Amino acid sequence: MKNRLKVLRAERDWTQADLAAALEVSRQTINAIEKGKFDPSLPLAFKAARLFNMSIEDIFQDEAAA
Amino acid sequence: MEEKVKESGDWTARVNRNTLRLGYCTGAWLVTTALATFGPQFIWHDNTLLTASAIFINLAIGLATILANKHHLQSLDEMQQKIQLEAMALSLGVGFVCGLSYSLLDQSNLMAADAEISHLILLMGLTYLAGTVIGNRRYG
Repeated sequence: MKNRLKVLRAERDWTQADLAAALEVSRQTINAIEKGKFDPSLPLAFKAARLFNMSIEDIFQDEAAA
Repeated sequence: MEEKVKESGDWTARVNRNTLRLGYCTGAWLVTTALATFGPQFIWHDNTLLTASAIFINLAIGLATILANKHHLQSLDEMQQKIQLEAMALSLGVGFVCGLSYSLLDQSNLMAADAEISHLILLMGLTYLAGTVIGNRRYG
């Protein structure tokens, strides 16, 4: 699954640690999600969507469907 | 954002607190295990009441350690929980399969020494450690 977390984070000038703090996960988890090594659960994806005021589809894209 | 970060500060503090609590419980369990193992021989010279007390205290602290581990796991984030789950699955599988083979070797007298439970615990502990290292490297 691809995602735009790194871009969205950079646009707001947030570090991985800032985003991790906002989503209540570890910085390693944010790093793994950004690199596509770990797919977040639906609740975490919703939390990210709420934080960025976007829909889940605007942040996460299914590579198989693309 | 600042409010979110403040909430997360609570989350980080909670994880640290639970990790510390698990560390204390594990340390206490280790000490009481050593006491129950070596105490009868070296400290209280086979006094039955003291030996039974030491084993009971060891069991009680062991149960507290299980609860502390449960709370610790619940406080981790989902990726950390996945790493722990995979490491525990590996440890359980290796312990189960190798433990049974080890026992069969002993039963069939293909092994000179008696099978010891401590060897199995050591194997499971090392497998769990290797599993967490592999998991952290995989997602890191």
